[in-house]
Amino acid sequence: MPGMAAEKVAGAVASQEIAVVPDHFVGITPKVAVKEGDSVQAGSVLLYDKNHPEVKILSPVSGEVTAVARGERRKLLYVSVKANGQETQADLPKISISGKKEDVAEAIFAAGFGALIRQRPYDVVANLSNMPKAIFVSAFDSAPLAPDYNFILKGEEANLQAGLTALSRVAKVYYSVSPATSPALRNMKDVEVNEFVGKHPAGLVGVQMNHLDPVNKGEYVWSMNVQDVAVMGRYINSGKLDLTRKIAVAGAKVKDPAYVTVLAGSKIGDICRDNLIRDEHLRIINGNPLTGLRASEEDALSPFAAQVTVIAEGDETDEMLGWAMPRLKKFSSTRLFATKLQQAFCKNRTYDFDARICGGERAFIMSGEYDRVFPMDILPEQLVKAMIARNLDHMEQLGAYEVAPEDFALCEFVCTSKIETQRIVREALDYMRKELE
Amino acid sequence: MRFLKNIVDKLEPTFSEGGKLAKLHSVYDGFKTFLFVPNTTSKSGVHIHDVTDSKRTMITVVLALVPAMLFGMWNVGYQHFLAIGQEAGFWMQFWFGFLAVLPTLIVSYVVGLGIEFTVAQIKGHEIQEGFLVTGFIIPLIVPVDTPLWMVAIATAFAVIFAKEVFGGTGYNVFNVALITRAFLFFAYPTAMSGDQVWVRTRDAFWWAGGKAVDGFSGATPLGQLSTAPEGTVYTDGFLHNIMGQPISFCDAFLGFIPGSVGETSTLAILIGAAILLITGVASWKIMLSVFAGGAITALIFNLWGPDTAAAQMPWYMHLVLGGFAFGAVFMATDPVTSPRTECAKWIYGLLIGAMAIIIRVLNPGFPEGMMLAILLMNIFGCLFDYMVVQSNIKKRMKRVPQK
Repeated sequence: MPGMAAEKVAGAVASQEIAVVPDHFVGITPKVAVKEGDSVQAGSVLLYDKNHPEVKILSPVSGEVTAVARGERRKLLYVSVKANGQETQADLPKISISGKKEDVAEAIFAAGFGALIRQRPYDVVANLSNMPKAIFVSAFDSAPLAPDYNFILKGEEANLQAGLTALSRVAKVYYSVSPATSPALRNMKDVEVNEFVGKHPAGLVGVQMNHLDPVNKGEYVWSMNVQDVAVMGRYINSGKLDLTRKIAVAGAKVKDPAYVTVLAGSKIGDICRDNLIRDEHLRIINGNPLTGLRASEEDALSPFAAQVTVIAEGDETDEMLGWAMPRLKKFSSTRLFATKLQQAFCKNRTYDFDARICGGERAFIMSGEYDRVFPMDILPEQLVKAMIARNLDHMEQLGAYEVAPEDFALCEFVCTSKIETQRIVREALDYMRKELE
Repeated sequence: MRFLKNIVDKLEPTFSEGGKLAKLHSVYDGFKTFLFVPNTTSKSGVHIHDVTDSKRTMITVVLALVPAMLFGMWNVGYQHFLAIGQEAGFWMQFWFGFLAVLPTLIVSYVVGLGIEFTVAQIKGHEIQEGFLVTGFIIPLIVPVDTPLWMVAIATAFAVIFAKEVFGGTGYNVFNVALITRAFLFFAYPTAMSGDQVWVRTRDAFWWAGGKAVDGFSGATPLGQLSTAPEGTVYTDGFLHNIMGQPISFCDAFLGFIPGSVGETSTLAILIGAAILLITGVASWKIMLSVFAGGAITALIFNLWGPDTAAAQMPWYMHLVLGGFAFGAVFMATDPVTSPRTECAKWIYGLLIGAMAIIIRVLNPGFPEGMMLAILLMNIFGCLFDYMVVQSNIKKRMKRVPQK
């Protein structure tokens, strides 16, 4: 895809208001700890999980709570904090790396980093009742237009090491690199380093888990974004809660694709307002084009998004007789189009995408499509069918504990029948969790 | 293009809910998406999609069927003029065949698509493209002289009872075109077998009619095999064409023999196979394993088989005669009715090939075994899938640490 972020930091985004959106933290039942008008410090608890109170979401800045917004049936939409520019910090425990594993884990959660850890099964925010057998950190992102962590983490190696060491006190840490990972990021101690070669989805922790240490029934595995590990390391090393991260702003409709330094929860509009090409309807994505959330400029940046992607929506495009045309500029992973031929001649050719689904939804027709893009020892189509049928036994037997919706993103991308695979998987995992926990 | 788009947009309210012609919404939608790529954008999950869709896939299969269709039309004309003893040029032969086959094609499409449109409207679905392929295959797998009303009834039966009652394209257990063929075969056996139906001797649209000359015999090679008395020794000149001249492997491969319209030329079918494999629409595993299964089984009969002409016919002749190649390339590879796991596809293909030859050789009631072999394996396909899935489950269960 065109619009890869250039290796430069275009600046720091200072959003006036930071919003915490509970929906970004999949699987928690949010309970608000503050009221409108409260003044908070960086590190004050804004929200916690009703079922697992140790899962806390902290305010990244000091300031005043401006809104606790609720929607239909009093569903909590977001809590927003207006920064006052002072850098006062609430009392937070130190994460010591010498204690028992329960103590280290507790400290990680108390400092607010627990909410950034994802747990499998079910792909939800982790908690302390389900201690993991292993923790996975992937040092590279293979998604389209994904940020390059060699660039983002330059100079953060010591922090990353501190974060990894802390995690390694909780459980065995698998740290995955790609052939392109820089030597500085490769040399990490206290972890098992594995190299994964190949295109997307090689960078997904789900694939790495399946190959290194698959999740079985009754077991739990955690995963954490590599930059979040470094941010946690920053806190361990300096004692200061500085949650700024670098994200990529990318996509064909971004004038000057580059990295920005930003706090999660900033308004997406603040991140890319003046940097968009507004010649048609835009699709703004809170994350990458495969797994990100659809967003508007008013929405808050998800803490789980490593990038903001902006592409054309495409609803104003009319393509005539598409089923018969050569469509040389379009990308297809099938050989029904010229993509493969073009790539044989021109390796670095990029293809522009818009958000059209390019077809109509059908029943499963073609077979073997999902297998091509699902490099795990799981039968993806059969699992999805079990999920549609809500057949718990079958889901369990076919490996539902091991997967997250993001693992199925490429299946959804290539699907001739345009089936909404990720939605099916998400709903099925929620159902499974409700029935089994 | 703007002009067309304007028309389509203007018609939209008429066909939408509350409009005058809301009852025809599926039809309108079918034509709209035929003209323009739908510009609906993704609502959940991935924001970008591969441009491929089921229209593109189905049209590719139809394209792959075109060589067999064109050759079949020509061959109908060629056999016709040969039978009535008239000289005719290439274009005259093709034109005759075209006129003879066209009505069947039209009837098959009109009946099938009519049902498809109606059901889509009743269920409020989009029109599904599956029948574009089925409707093109039906005229290719019936004898040219099949009465049109039979084609209509059989198509209607197959589309309703083999597809729509199961839920439409993607849910059917049996290959719809084969059900059409099987319905004709069992309901009207006299019109579907014997030696009178494979070559048209009468006219097409009151043109170029004639009478079969003396010495004409319209039996297909497989028909000749099955009616040969027990103990007949198979020799090189055993099979003969409609004028009594011997058929060589080359004749059979190229397709200068009587048979169902599209099945005679293995060459034309292989061109279609190449299109399907290059575009990746059909599974090469199934195609290869059907041929392998057939070849191995026929070879076994060659070596140790009973004392009949069918068993003694060299294995390579089995692969180029009758519907074997057509079935292997276009019918066995139907993704909906074949197994969905890769390993199961091998077993499925091998057994289809083997069953087809076994039926041909051992069951004198059925000169051709391909149709029954594929239909039988359609049933067993899910069983093979089940075994593959079970082995995956067993592997996973073994992994659970023993406590």
